[in-house]
Amino acid sequence: MGVRGAAGGQLSEASIHRMTVLAPEGMLGYGIPVRSMEEGLARNPDVLAVDAGSTDPGPYYLGAGVPYTSRRAVKRDLAMMLEAANARRIPVLIGSAGGGGGRPHVAWLVDVYREICRERGYRFRTATIQAEIDKAWLQAKMAAGRVTPLDISDPLTAETIDAATRIVAQMGDEPFQAALDLGAEVVIAGRACDASVIAALPIRAGFDRALAIHMGKILECGGAAAYPRHGSDSLLGVIDGESFTVEPPNPDKICSVASVAAHSLYERSDPYRLALPGGAIDLTRTTFEQITPRAVQVRGTRFAPAPYTFKLEGVRRAGFRTITVAGTRDPILISQIDAYLENVRNRVREVYGSDGYRLLFHVYGRDGVMGGLETAKEIRSHELGLVIEVVADDAETSAAILALSRSAALHSTYPGRKAIAGNLAFPFSPSDLRAGEAFEFTIHHLVEVADPLELFRVEMIDS
Amino acid sequence: MRTIGDVAQFVTSKNAGPFLLTLDIVFPDEATYRTFKSLKPLDRHVIAGLYGIPETDILKIIEFDPAYAVKVTMRRPLGSGALGETDVYGAQQHVPLMLHEIDWPEGR
Repeated sequence: MGVRGAAGGQLSEASIHRMTVLAPEGMLGYGIPVRSMEEGLARNPDVLAVDAGSTDPGPYYLGAGVPYTSRRAVKRDLAMMLEAANARRIPVLIGSAGGGGGRPHVAWLVDVYREICRERGYRFRTATIQAEIDKAWLQAKMAAGRVTPLDISDPLTAETIDAATRIVAQMGDEPFQAALDLGAEVVIAGRACDASVIAALPIRAGFDRALAIHMGKILECGGAAAYPRHGSDSLLGVIDGESFTVEPPNPDKICSVASVAAHSLYERSDPYRLALPGGAIDLTRTTFEQITPRAVQVRGTRFAPAPYTFKLEGVRRAGFRTITVAGTRDPILISQIDAYLENVRNRVREVYGSDGYRLLFHVYGRDGVMGGLETAKEIRSHELGLVIEVVADDAETSAAILALSRSAALHSTYPGRKAIAGNLAFPFSPSDLRAGEAFEFTIHHLVEVADPLELFRVEMIDS
Repeated sequence: MRTIGDVAQFVTSKNAGPFLLTLDIVFPDEATYRTFKSLKPLDRHVIAGLYGIPETDILKIIEFDPAYAVKVTMRRPLGSGALGETDVYGAQQHVPLMLHEIDWPEGR
């Protein structure tokens, strides 16, 4: 039983016994399977909700203001969703637009969205919600003692805020509700708590907040909570008064108690507790029950309210990166790889000094994968892969220091050397690759606010 | 002796935000999970030793009955994508845990 056409309208409580949310995929642009979309729509969902971002691909995308998904792929997936929304007049909610969820990311997705609407003649009441943080506002919050570190030990400083390239905050479900209250049929939001995108319409309709958010947390990864777990896929969530049920629309997949429960572990530090703006969901009394061979029902999840905080994510530009990739097959060199690389470092230091740049060696076959967490000391590989990386304040300096590092690595001698024509095999010409700007996460904090809407401006735009 | 990888269905690592790594051990059935829990083979000292980091960097070890799983959450030595960091997604840090040997009772 749906609430078709309910976007922006008043939902009559008696008419709604349950609500169906279709998450067409776990990440906008990863490829919605056509059949899953068709099967999902056959269940008459009340809303299409999708997460479009993450910090997982690292700090670059937030800093550079670019998406990590391809425009063509996002356009294809978004067009599928809008086609369904146009035919059925059900709302489309998108969180963490463009990946990073900053101002340029939202603008990028709005541009893709408008292109689709223009080409297909769609018209929707459309809202954007910005999530980028004004530095002066954050400085004031910090000065007032309203900012605390999350997962890291460093308190936020004025210098860190000043040096940040971009700062976003994760919104909760309230700004989505505010947009729906304004009559929005399509909401394109900046950085958002992934579960809140999916939970927004059920919460607005009066369903239990804890269940809606828990359902959102499972659906935000799309078909990832179903087995077999391969490829991007869709997931359906149906919420009623006391429980919710998740089921993959793809008939070749199933949700099992194991697949759904195991998803509670994914990318989370604690499976029993998930912190959100305004509180946490508590899974200590949650039960998972197999109610059909393909569907799992969840109940008992509780909500523990807490002071309203938003998670901040911010990056600074560390410099410009240049890299080269090479390898050695020589056992005489491999046996003294550490001393050889130190020799290369010294050669670079003789020319450029030791300040104003970072020279890094990634040695695959030694500790290239685990770095500081590697405890194996013995190298047992017959060859080693080497990535030489330089990060400096400007692109030209970075390229120059990398070029010297590369030639020093190719030609420097070492005890017992037989291969005097060159120490390394380079797979590419050109050997030196300019990787552009390099960023680092510097802000990962919570900021306390008085109002869930305090940071997030809802704006109605043309479709 | 068996390794954790021998008795578990999955042993994985992944970021939990840019500054934490979380390792999940998921067992194939309740009996295996109960046996593992009863042996208490993992504590902060053991895990810190497997990764060569201080015990204070091991933040949580949680048994999660609904999924027959044990979760370990630790600080990353460097934030995801920081200069010198090696695994942006944190997806390949599972091996020391997977190869850790435990005194598994014979016949189980």
